[in-house]
Amino acid sequence: MALAAFDYETREPTAMEGHSEAAVELTQVSVRFTTERGTITALDGIDLTVRKGGFLTLLGPSGCGKSTLLRVVADITKPTSGSARVLGGAPSAARSRRDIGFVFQDAALLPWRTVLENVTLPLEVGGGAPGGRARNPHELLELVGLAGWEKAFPHELSGGMRQRVSIARALISSPKLLFMDEPFGALDEITRDRLNEELLAVWERTGTTILFVTHSIYEAAFLGQEVLLLAARPGRVKELVPVNLPSPRKIAMRETPEFVSLVSHLRRVLETC
Amino acid sequence: MSVTTPDTAGMGAFVDDDGAQQIYLAAKRRMMWRRRLLPIAALVILLVIWEISVIAFGIRPFIAPAPSAVFKVLVSRFDILMVNLLPTAIEAVSGFLIGNLAAIAIATAFAYKDTLEEAFFPIAVMVNTIPVVAKAPILVLLLGNGMEPKIAIAAIICFFPTLVNMTRGLRDVNPQQLELMHVLSASPREVFQKVRLKNSLPYLFSALKIAASTAVIGAIVGEWIGSTQGIGALIIQATYNFDSPLLYATIVVGSVFSATFFGVISWAESRVLTWNVART
Repeated sequence: MALAAFDYETREPTAMEGHSEAAVELTQVSVRFTTERGTITALDGIDLTVRKGGFLTLLGPSGCGKSTLLRVVADITKPTSGSARVLGGAPSAARSRRDIGFVFQDAALLPWRTVLENVTLPLEVGGGAPGGRARNPHELLELVGLAGWEKAFPHELSGGMRQRVSIARALISSPKLLFMDEPFGALDEITRDRLNEELLAVWERTGTTILFVTHSIYEAAFLGQEVLLLAARPGRVKELVPVNLPSPRKIAMRETPEFVSLVSHLRRVLETC
Repeated sequence: MSVTTPDTAGMGAFVDDDGAQQIYLAAKRRMMWRRRLLPIAALVILLVIWEISVIAFGIRPFIAPAPSAVFKVLVSRFDILMVNLLPTAIEAVSGFLIGNLAAIAIATAFAYKDTLEEAFFPIAVMVNTIPVVAKAPILVLLLGNGMEPKIAIAAIICFFPTLVNMTRGLRDVNPQQLELMHVLSASPREVFQKVRLKNSLPYLFSALKIAASTAVIGAIVGEWIGSTQGIGALIIQATYNFDSPLLYATIVVGSVFSATFFGVISWAESRVLTWNVART
């Protein structure tokens, strides 16, 4: 039965969560896909720790398994070997506790629902948000700059607005972790810059741990507290680069020498991936 | 449609400019009337050409009656036409309801159980390839001479396109929407109700619109094989009696019914698929 997934008996003890400061812990995680054309190693022996409240950006060439990594911690894909722990427990446990919010590449809004109905979808399915963690959808729409658009349908919105709706939807049950899979990849640069600043503001206000996949070096450097560089075929960790930029970050900061040297370092490493 | 205008009025991106709005709406109205009036004008012209040809070439009425003769029959024998339309309408509508409800139920079962789909879908496709004219006599043998075989034929004719379309609509869901439901720990029932069913509605309605006209064809074909009343029976009688004006009038009545049926389904579609209408 589907209800078994919401059995709070299987929940990891809260005390354990308190002890561990890690939001995400991967130990020797490998993922292999088998097709007619052979077996592909998407991820090969990944070790990774992201502390609570962190902002990690995942950067790498296409085929480096950055999306797969995100899908492993979100319990969409099971690792072939190795172990993934989210908030000290199994990813599936974190998922059914609604500790995970996921933002998809193409927003994945339901076209037959209005903006407001899309944002509140997580409260209607899978048992809703546990114990008073549901946030006010109107406040969230205000937060992502969409106040007044509650009754609009997704086809009436621009790509950037749709993605903001999906961010509001991901935040509705106050998740402790937010996983974002190239959420701004399809947007124009101006919109992307603005959403980047807004996302940092949301992160600072909510204290959510964020894992953010991107193929833009600038985006990775601007958003992350750390940048994880992945190499392709097989997907493996190339380098974990800490980002020491002051807070709050503004787009203008991208012209500072610190930012420029960080970007050129990332680019050099990326070229060897 | 214009339904969304009051809603969008309060939204940031729109600015009030009455003058521009007036011009836009006037142009839209003109386009709408154009789309309505041009086909009517074309039809009138064709009918006039037909009428003139019949008179000019002295074509005898039983070969091709003039539109005016058909119209006269439509008025003078209106009662007979209506008496015969009633059974056909009952058969077509009942067949439509039975066939489509069965198709929707089975498509739902397919969506829940892959094994069922794998086992029965190829059979459904095979049965669908048998022509109606071949299926009809078998059903008359099985179900006798009343309304039942006609309803069965109409139902079968509706059943397959709806089954195929509905199954596809329930299956072809954006994979990210399914992954979203997985991340939200939604149950299979919730996935069905909140995603699959809604996703299938545009597919379902395009099948229902096809079914609305084919159900009428099914009922008429059923009536050709042994029936004393109905549009199909009247077509056969009028043909054998060389009563071409009646034959044409019968066809007009059948078509008008079929078009009305189609119109009702299209209206229902525009009411149900509110999120889809503005896109077209």
